[in-house]
Amino acid sequence: MNDTNQNNTVLRFMTCGSVDDGKSTLIGRLLYDTKTILTDTLSQIEKTSKKKGMSALDLSLITDGLQAEREQGITIDVAYRYFSTGTRKYIIADAPGHEQYTRNMVTAASTAQLAIILVDARKGMLTQTRRHSYLTKLVGIKHIIVAINKMDLVDYSEEEYKNICNEYKSFASAIKLEEPNVDIKFVPMSALNGDMIVDRGRSLSWYKGPTLLQILEKIDTTEKTNSSFLRFPVQFVCRPRDSSNEKLHDFRAFMGRVESGLMKINDKIKVLPSNHESSIKEIRIGDKIITEAHAEQSVTVSLNDEIDISRGDMLIHEDDTLEGSKSFTANVCWLSETNLTPNRTYLIMHTSRSSKARISSINNKININTLETEQAVELKTNDIANIKFKLAQPLVLDKYSQNRNTGSFIIVDETTFHTVGAGMIETIE
Amino acid sequence: MKGKLSHLDWLESEAIHIMREVAGQCANPVLLFSGGKDSLCLLRIAEKAFRPGRFPFPLMHIDTGHNYPEVINFRDNKTKELGERLIVASLEESMAKGTIVLKSADEPRNKYQSITLLEAIEENGFDCCIGGARRDEEKARAKERIMSFRDEFGQWDPKNQRPELWNLYNAKVHKGENIRAFPISNWTEMDVWQYIEKEKLELPSIYFAHKRDVVKRNGAIVPITEVTPAASDEEVENMMVRFRTVGDITCTAPVASNADSVEKIIIETASTLITERGETRLDDQVSEASMEQRKKEGYF
Repeated sequence: MNDTNQNNTVLRFMTCGSVDDGKSTLIGRLLYDTKTILTDTLSQIEKTSKKKGMSALDLSLITDGLQAEREQGITIDVAYRYFSTGTRKYIIADAPGHEQYTRNMVTAASTAQLAIILVDARKGMLTQTRRHSYLTKLVGIKHIIVAINKMDLVDYSEEEYKNICNEYKSFASAIKLEEPNVDIKFVPMSALNGDMIVDRGRSLSWYKGPTLLQILEKIDTTEKTNSSFLRFPVQFVCRPRDSSNEKLHDFRAFMGRVESGLMKINDKIKVLPSNHESSIKEIRIGDKIITEAHAEQSVTVSLNDEIDISRGDMLIHEDDTLEGSKSFTANVCWLSETNLTPNRTYLIMHTSRSSKARISSINNKININTLETEQAVELKTNDIANIKFKLAQPLVLDKYSQNRNTGSFIIVDETTFHTVGAGMIETIE
Repeated sequence: MKGKLSHLDWLESEAIHIMREVAGQCANPVLLFSGGKDSLCLLRIAEKAFRPGRFPFPLMHIDTGHNYPEVINFRDNKTKELGERLIVASLEESMAKGTIVLKSADEPRNKYQSITLLEAIEENGFDCCIGGARRDEEKARAKERIMSFRDEFGQWDPKNQRPELWNLYNAKVHKGENIRAFPISNWTEMDVWQYIEKEKLELPSIYFAHKRDVVKRNGAIVPITEVTPAASDEEVENMMVRFRTVGDITCTAPVASNADSVEKIIIETASTLITERGETRLDDQVSEASMEQRKKEGYF
């Protein structure tokens, strides 16, 4: 709250770990030490800490959830938290980390650029550490911070810290975590005492590297994941049909967000899946006319030719060889409580376009504890499997490894309209 | 850095994208407009999303009948300036119909807004309401989806929300069901003020420091109006105050302040020690879970 800079960049990160790892305490500490927690929230936390018979402030209460969760003593959902420094606005996706919550981890990871993986210094690498690391890789997160927490409980031992780092590094190379382009950083800390999170504290003087917040502040967030190819899915067509205004009478423009690449005035473009060609006449954001639009900008575009374009069409550069396709394979995380029924038809929502889809085959399923693949005929909640799909209408697809925005999709049940699965495209036919 | 948006541009672009998804996916959406600062940000975002065309939805105000006249004037002028259609759904009409029954005449009306809102949704056949709620406001909001599903009774079931991944939004509903879309979910109070400054948005005058008759009651500053008179033993003071939120008169309290410009409000917001709701929303202090409870009953 204490930051008035208008030109911060945004960094979205997730925290992986269970309650026992001190995840809630870590987030509480980040918010508390960056002065995001205000007096009235704090006095509530003080009251509850006392009621629970604790001598110090229980920072984990800051992320305390819903009544429904308190009653059951569990976290059931992803929560979003915010803080700002002089250089960045941070959005934290806080997801519970138990095995049965794989879907929440995947949900949180889908919008994150960075993951903090918490390791309890007393316990070292656990099955869940491997699982969390694997999931961040699967969902294409390019920055990982392994936060070795509870250093106070191992007497701030440098040796313990180094052992865990080495163990993690050999695991990372075994699952090829660093390929392609993933950077992994390590930091020792005590969330409880506030060592090496925002402040350095006094107990880890042997550690010369940056604090957790310093790492977050310096990470280069230029999206390494997405290719530089122009992808502009049309969300909405603007036709004012204003007969009182001559300029607007025939005005037609296409509204959407640049998902990747750069679009400039006069660029030659084509529209998929129709393959009609034209060029960019004007780009604007509201009343402001701009000469180019880059990734993540929501703009309004008009073209030099009158061609038929509607919601769901994709504008790409004319020399791009991309085409619409009707068959592909993807890694799917099943989100629904109801199992996947292989011979049912589902709806796939991809960018601003949808298509009915059928499952051609379930190729294999990943055991997220052993990280081995196994045979599968069905999918239940939290399962991750490689599936081949057949589409009724062509979609303009990219591989997820090349573009997180145009390589991802959700699966919707046509009867209940629930979102039942999330997919990341692997191969396109 | 080239190709990297500032946080305000990023938040704006995300909000435009969400609004266009509503327009693209929903048959009959509506934008909830109260005259408050968050909904004014929504209007600017709608302009950026849809101009030079008209908004693909009307605006709707859920009117508790307990309003500051400045805010109502502002609401009407703003709508006229934009040339968009405004629907006013009135709690007093629901009271006349007998669907809202107050326990006592002076009871705060905020929680009854849900009833009028649900009636207006049904009457107009809206399948989506765009609102200005933010996740940083309250802990029941921290887990809110950007497109939040409500059942036939307008209820929010935290255990039955659709997973939301990447920037893919599923706004599909059956007849009678409803989506609440929150384009500024990821904004904080500071982001809102910075955006107001950057876009030079006009606000109702009560957001800025002004002299007002108030009494101090249970630690809060309570404005003295026709519907909120002073008790006989209370001392009325004339103080410099401003409002941090604008809602029903009976449950919105001002703060002591000399900040008479957006710039000064930003400085004050940066150094404030109390959350927006904790300080000025008398109805959220009642119980720790009161927002969660209201949302389950159909509140936005």
